[in-house]
Amino acid sequence: MAMRRRLFLRGAMALGCSAAAHPLMTTLTLAGSAGGRPLGEHRLIVIILRGAMDGLDLVRPAGDPLFAGYRPTLATAAGAHDLDGYFALHPGLPGLMPLWQAGELALVHATSTPYRDQRSHFVGQDILEAGTGLDLPPGAVRDGWLNRMLQGVPGLRAETAFAIGLEAVPLLEGRAPVRNWAPDTRLDLSAQARLLFDEIYHEDPLFQAAALDAMALTAPGVLGDGAAAAGAHADTDALAAFAAARLREETRIAAFSLAGWDTHRAQERGIGKALARLERVILGLKAGLGAQVWGQTTLLAMTEFGRTVRENGSAGTDHGTGGAMIVAGGAVRGGRVLGQWPGIGERALYEGRDLLPTTDVRHWAAWAMRGLYGFDQGLLERVVFPGLEMGADPGLLR
Amino acid sequence: MRADPEVVAFRFGYGLPLPEGAPLDPEAMLAALAGPDAAALRWPVAGMEGALPLMQAERETRRQARRDSGAKAAHRAARAALEAAQAAALRATLARALDSADGFRERLVAFWADHFTAVARSGQDALLPYALVEEAIRPNLGKPFAAMLTAAEFHPAMLVYLDQARSVGPNSRGGLTQGSGLNENLAREVIELHTLGAGAGYGQDDVRQMAELLTGLSYNLKRGMYFDRNRAEPGAEAVLGRSYDGEGLAPIRAVLADLSRHPDTARHLARKLAVHFVADTPEPDLVAAIEAAWRQSGGDLAQVHGALLRHPAAWGPAAAKARQPFEFVVAGLRALGLAGSDVAAMAPKVLSRHIVAALAAMGQPVKAPRGPDGWPEAPEAWITPQGLAARITWAMQAPVRLAGALPDPVALAQRALDGRADAALLRAAAQAEDRREGVGLVLASPAFNRR
Repeated sequence: MAMRRRLFLRGAMALGCSAAAHPLMTTLTLAGSAGGRPLGEHRLIVIILRGAMDGLDLVRPAGDPLFAGYRPTLATAAGAHDLDGYFALHPGLPGLMPLWQAGELALVHATSTPYRDQRSHFVGQDILEAGTGLDLPPGAVRDGWLNRMLQGVPGLRAETAFAIGLEAVPLLEGRAPVRNWAPDTRLDLSAQARLLFDEIYHEDPLFQAAALDAMALTAPGVLGDGAAAAGAHADTDALAAFAAARLREETRIAAFSLAGWDTHRAQERGIGKALARLERVILGLKAGLGAQVWGQTTLLAMTEFGRTVRENGSAGTDHGTGGAMIVAGGAVRGGRVLGQWPGIGERALYEGRDLLPTTDVRHWAAWAMRGLYGFDQGLLERVVFPGLEMGADPGLLR
Repeated sequence: MRADPEVVAFRFGYGLPLPEGAPLDPEAMLAALAGPDAAALRWPVAGMEGALPLMQAERETRRQARRDSGAKAAHRAARAALEAAQAAALRATLARALDSADGFRERLVAFWADHFTAVARSGQDALLPYALVEEAIRPNLGKPFAAMLTAAEFHPAMLVYLDQARSVGPNSRGGLTQGSGLNENLAREVIELHTLGAGAGYGQDDVRQMAELLTGLSYNLKRGMYFDRNRAEPGAEAVLGRSYDGEGLAPIRAVLADLSRHPDTARHLARKLAVHFVADTPEPDLVAAIEAAWRQSGGDLAQVHGALLRHPAAWGPAAAKARQPFEFVVAGLRALGLAGSDVAAMAPKVLSRHIVAALAAMGQPVKAPRGPDGWPEAPEAWITPQGLAARITWAMQAPVRLAGALPDPVALAQRALDGRADAALLRAAAQAEDRREGVGLVLASPAFNRR
């Protein structure tokens, strides 16, 4: 009895979170892992930007005089950060420029899923997260591409991948076990209550295991060095701190979503908030991971489709096709705008209104997975992204 | 057969204490089920006739507000009316589960509503899934499965959710002139989820033919569900080797009737019922008995539900399943002594925080499963670190906000668990620092969360 209580209490502070700092817990709870980590040392973070991020506002073709004509309101605000003399980064992202200069940030332009023409958020997100092409009818594939990647990993454990937040992350759903956690979950229990839960959960392994993990995940200090997130950006900071804390330990894959990109009107304000949040998450991850782990990290932020080239009558943009993708991390060969730029001349536009997609988002994700983990190209083209032709290696990683 | 009241309450109902007049053996439970739907009368929820005017008003005022900013207040009012109806439907759903002596009916409604999952994809459609339950599920619990199947597939909630309202026969008048085409979503789910089951003996060609057969089945805000000849693919279609021809809805009704009686449907749904109510790996004999009742009766749900309740394996003592979050919250409210009238009078903020947000944190956002396959069944899908933390938090924090004076934890354990409260739990309930934590321990215990 006494042993059990001590185990539970210690578990409440330490389990799974800090195996290195608590060697006793390591032997007790991680038995069987034999030290070998399923995916090696590389970390992959995938962020789904829900609502269709305007890639043309993120990475502006400022060098083309047509751009200001298409966007009399949106393209004129000063302060965009020059990237390469032609493209400029949205003015609201000064914090990402040091990453760009250090070669830790790449931007992919004119990319999209194979989805075309109907421009529905739901269908677009379903296709983005299922990782399917148009050869498969919607609903034919129920799991997400990141989960299918995990299904090919021997020795996988649930901690290997985390879906973070209360929002569903279909990208990570499927047969392979993954953990789910919302960082704002609290578990305020007295020491006595913890002891008593130990008593009543003892005979039920399912409850005991879940409670141990829950207590560990809510223990003080889990979110970095004991710094509790506070203030206006508490949710964002908690998200980044939690993801970083997991990724420093056993976790190799993290996925979550950020909303707020559906900017049909007053886009300047709307996308400004969403981009500031994204910047905060990226910088929070970098800080939380520390230099060494950041150096082994690749972050992909992708969206269901882009937005119209022309702004609409409400200083916003409507649903489009080609969009942009953000690639960040110390493992990335950055400082480049990637993809094939189709131009924004009238005749280059898709259906006369949208940026023409010239690459498939899955191409970039597939090469990232191949580069990070060495997956067989056949597996990526048949199982993870059924029907994808990966094409030539874009050299995404260092 | 004299049944164990704990099994009646936990496996086939919403927990202890059983409401006044609750039937206590299989025959009495089935007799109650065959009788009038008292809970629906006591706590009414609007069907399409109530939902459509609210939805029309919302759309109309939204359009006006886009043209004329002076109309914004009218749109806000229309939106608020829609949201109020949505909250009322949720309150009624909770109240029925909480109050009804006919608990098996409420649990069956939840089971079949999940089987025919339809999720609102926007606030504008929020009333549709509730209307589907009122119009397709509740009235058909004692009828042949074909009746429920047809009502569910024809329901606006389903036609919108699974994109049938967008599907156009390629050779129909609309298809030839507009160039729009077939959408296979509903056709696939009718076969894969609602009837035969994944892996049964059908192919992509059957799905395609089914999709062509379903064209014409449509919905809009003005008319509700209707048959649109201009979208209907002309000619006969062959599904599972049988040809369906004719005008209007008749061939669609015919294929649904055939699917409802198909042996693969009987096998799929017999197992699904046993898995939901009894165990993830149910005794083969129990599944076989339900399947046989399905096949012999042509899918008469009264017979099917009877076969489940009348089988001894349905009454074994092992609590192999986890209460889903909705069941957990209802059972918690009941254990705390709340009635439907308390839920009806609950402040919107309390409802939103301690019911709506709490269910989402536990992994079961109200009426919003992630896909058309509905909620998962395995206890492991619910008793996760996140899910259990949310249950513990609810057990510790909600009762004092919902019930006012907290009960004595030991008395609560006895009332809500009866013989399922073992010595360790009673001891823990007595040793808690205060009532709040004692109540929390009882409600978050495995005994309370398993069924």
